[in-house]
Amino acid sequence: MFRNVAELVELAESENIQISEVMIRQEMEVKELTREQVYDHMEKNLEVMEKAIEDGLKGVKSHSGLTGGDAVLIQNYMKNHTPLSGNLLMDAVSKAVATNEVNAAMGTICATPTAGSAGCVPGTLFAVKNQLNPTRDQMVRYLFTSGAFGFVVANNASISGAAGGCQAEVGSAAGMAAAAIVEMAGGTPSQSAEAMAITLKNMLGLICDPVAGLVEVPCVKRNAMGASNAVVAADMALAGVTSRIPCDEVIDAMYKVGQRMPSAFRETAQGGLAATPTGRELEAKVYGISLKKE
Amino acid sequence: MVKEMKYRSVFDIIGPVMIGPSSSHTAGAARIGRAARHLFGREPKYANVHLYGSFAKTYKGHGTDVAIIGGLLDYDTYDERIRDALKTARKNGMKVRFYEEEAHTDHPNTARLKIGDDDGELELVGISIGGGKAEITELNGFELRLSGSHPAILLIHNDRYGAIASSTAILAKHEINIGRMEVSRKAQGEQALMVIEVDQNIGDSVLSELERADHITQVAKISD
Repeated sequence: MFRNVAELVELAESENIQISEVMIRQEMEVKELTREQVYDHMEKNLEVMEKAIEDGLKGVKSHSGLTGGDAVLIQNYMKNHTPLSGNLLMDAVSKAVATNEVNAAMGTICATPTAGSAGCVPGTLFAVKNQLNPTRDQMVRYLFTSGAFGFVVANNASISGAAGGCQAEVGSAAGMAAAAIVEMAGGTPSQSAEAMAITLKNMLGLICDPVAGLVEVPCVKRNAMGASNAVVAADMALAGVTSRIPCDEVIDAMYKVGQRMPSAFRETAQGGLAATPTGRELEAKVYGISLKKE
Repeated sequence: MVKEMKYRSVFDIIGPVMIGPSSSHTAGAARIGRAARHLFGREPKYANVHLYGSFAKTYKGHGTDVAIIGGLLDYDTYDERIRDALKTARKNGMKVRFYEEEAHTDHPNTARLKIGDDDGELELVGISIGGGKAEITELNGFELRLSGSHPAILLIHNDRYGAIASSTAILAKHEINIGRMEVSRKAQGEQALMVIEVDQNIGDSVLSELERADHITQVAKISD
């Protein structure tokens, strides 16, 4: 089993295979499954992601009323304008938002790596798809590559906002997405690692401060930012830019920052945006309404 | 690095497929409820659910209550019927009560479930550790530690000689390898609990064979 990104890249390069292939082989070995079983499971997850984006782009609203409808706004804007940040980037943003809006509305999603950060990986995948025209196989492999990097983070640091802040959730998800974009675009395994490192470096210190404790504000828009961050970092890595701090050390830094993060900033709804006057007002409204309903 | 590899599958990272909004507060909660259902072996007639920490503070917004009851109805994390679980439970005649506990627990997302019917009762404590993974930490007063990354068999048995040997012999016969095993009892000669983590999935025929083994009173399986 690979334990860190260095080992993962080394495995891929020494055998001259992609990161996704390393992940598929490890899964077959650990779970004693055939290639078809492992592959089919992932393809089903891909179908769930595709459906969630479709649902989100039709427009959904969460039970609390705090989120919903932004994915539609962005898609409409793209129809009538040329987005300043470019079509691909805004497409990724709208699809990340769509996924998390569906999640907030108790729709069906695939956690990547968590529900709160479920938008980054599929959002970027279904936006990059329009430019790179990947085969279905490459799309499934995108998820194995994302999973390989997430696997390292989960085992060496954390993927939970309650444990490590938003940097551990959306930060990890964005890094995973960046690494997968690089592979799909034809980059090398070490370029995938550079993209992951660059993304995560830019999200270090991000706190988890959900209003009313719900996976809505600011989670939905944090996924928009995570997706953009991933696309930009992937482009930088493909251009040959490298991170001065190796990916494993960035992951370790993220872990240590998370450990020293006060609990008010780790999914307790006690600090950050949750503790703003408006955040508190929304909280009272959300629970006031649900209390009256009893 | 010497850290324990808590996550062993790519599907711990890309997955589970689930009903939103929270992998820890919804999917993990559903898995705790479903573990209780499987251990109890049938749909209970009542469920008293005690919620602690972040579960207690945010359960309504996250649908933690809906998810736990969905689990008790044997729904998986992705089952859309989860959304109507409270209504369905009511229709089935299951009496459900939630208690928001103030007590501090080791883990922020902890639930204690007391479920039962005229024929029996079961008490279980579960924690949701992130990304949809859940662990059962206590069963009928027995403390237990399941890694959650392997399928596990729980056997409630009488504390007599031969109980352990007869169970492991059955597993050996079916060429099922034991990864970890733990035995605990409340007092000498009374009810005891065997927890066996195995490397592969266990078929129903093996379970019913275990049920018939000497001194075994109840058998349940937890898959990862």
